[in-house]
Amino acid sequence: MKQINNILEHFGSTIILCIRSFYYLPTLPRQWHRLIEHCYLIGYTTFPIVAILSFFIGSVLALQAGYSLEAVAAQDFIGALVGLSLARELAPVMTSILVAGRVGSAISAELATMKVYQEVDALVTMNIPPERMLVMPRLVAVLIMMPVLTICANLIGWVGGAVIAQNVDFIQLDTRIYFDGIRNFVTFRDIVDGLIKAEIFGFCIILISCNVGLRTVGGPREIGGSVTRAVVISLILILILDYFVTNALMKI
Amino acid sequence: MEIIERASIGLKVENFSKSYDSVKVLNDISIEVEPGEIFVIMGPSGSGKSVLLKHVAGLEIPNNGRILIDGKDISDPKTRTQVHMALIFQAGALFNSMSVFDNLALYPREHRLYNKKTLRGKVMKALETLSLEDAAEKFPSQLSGGMRKRVAIARALVMEPELILYDEPTSELDPTMGATISEIIADLRAEFGVTSLVVSHDRDLALTIADRVAILMDGDLLEVDTPENINKTENPRVKDFLNPVIDIKNPRFKKKEYSR
Repeated sequence: MKQINNILEHFGSTIILCIRSFYYLPTLPRQWHRLIEHCYLIGYTTFPIVAILSFFIGSVLALQAGYSLEAVAAQDFIGALVGLSLARELAPVMTSILVAGRVGSAISAELATMKVYQEVDALVTMNIPPERMLVMPRLVAVLIMMPVLTICANLIGWVGGAVIAQNVDFIQLDTRIYFDGIRNFVTFRDIVDGLIKAEIFGFCIILISCNVGLRTVGGPREIGGSVTRAVVISLILILILDYFVTNALMKI
Repeated sequence: MEIIERASIGLKVENFSKSYDSVKVLNDISIEVEPGEIFVIMGPSGSGKSVLLKHVAGLEIPNNGRILIDGKDISDPKTRTQVHMALIFQAGALFNSMSVFDNLALYPREHRLYNKKTLRGKVMKALETLSLEDAAEKFPSQLSGGMRKRVAIARALVMEPELILYDEPTSELDPTMGATISEIIADLRAEFGVTSLVVSHDRDLALTIADRVAILMDGDLLEVDTPENINKTENPRVKDFLNPVIDIKNPRFKKKEYSR
């Protein structure tokens, strides 16, 4: 019963945090410096790991596709397969997982530390709502940076696939044919669907991380616990939402 | 340039009680602090002093009773914007990611109170008042305990408070620094007439600078009086708290009532 209460309380507080944060959206022009800082942290500092991961995901996809399609002499479709897999599924999901691990954990740790060491209480006594200063700029930053990261993941993954498709002995697919496959099979709608998924996942990650951080009570051990909780909840939610959002987007 | 350009305000706690789950922390507390007064709440650790202060600051909601600041109920969200109050936390609660200057400038910047030049002047004046001008560009992690407390007080001054709440301002400090902080509290009242509610178990602070002292024990308010009268009290618990005798043969912690 207590567990259910806890889950409901977390859910409710997350919704309230979301509403309160967007209530302060009109103050964004006064907080450009914070927005830029969070865009830098969410986007620029996450980019290298997204680039490495998406390059190798594209490579492995091309390798697996080349190996499997060799038997049916359909290796010309490697580009289409890699392109679609990345655009519709792997780029948004893998980028979100990286953002959860890298950015979500950092945010929950920072806010949990501020809460435990009474910095959040200090803000409240100064009549500065924590949602305005600590949450809203981060939510807007993730909404700006997730599409950028996902598009980069798509492009780098496609290039990774092309490099492997051209250079592995048993595939040796011409780069032109590979990219023709992408051009012919990947539509603008596929890309947009992937970006919508990335936006939803990124938004949920930051909201959950902020909420878990701001609800932390206790000491150093609880700060560590909050970081773990934020990442675990985010990862589970990404996978669950992935099914429902994909399903919904297919029906639109 | 004056640091505080506002009049001081009074504070009233009426029949205030607080429980956490089934544990009663404060029981029917009523106190009144006059404008410009230094009111010290003393009591042993765990007596509920800091809980009371958090409620006065509006960080928690009471179970029973109400807290009025300048006649306005603190549980009303509007009160926070109408009264200017600053809380100085026991550990300072400075923003660790900001320099001392930015810590002090945060409040006026967020509320867009001054232009850049005036803001710089106000912040530097507050730092000068507490002899901290050389620490402006330092980060909280580079400061000693005493400096952190002084920065916390300077941060409060920039807010131009009508009421300052101090949570254990002299704890974890050496005796000289403790005395310095007590002098600062008295000086701020003398210079700006600001009302001060101090929670402390520092007997020297209470008996030297307070106008009135309240003794809180186990959630009950035992006495409210001037420091002179409190010092002459006949209440054995208050006497023992103010002038504890170290009895090695019959230690307190082995007595049954100590477990309370």
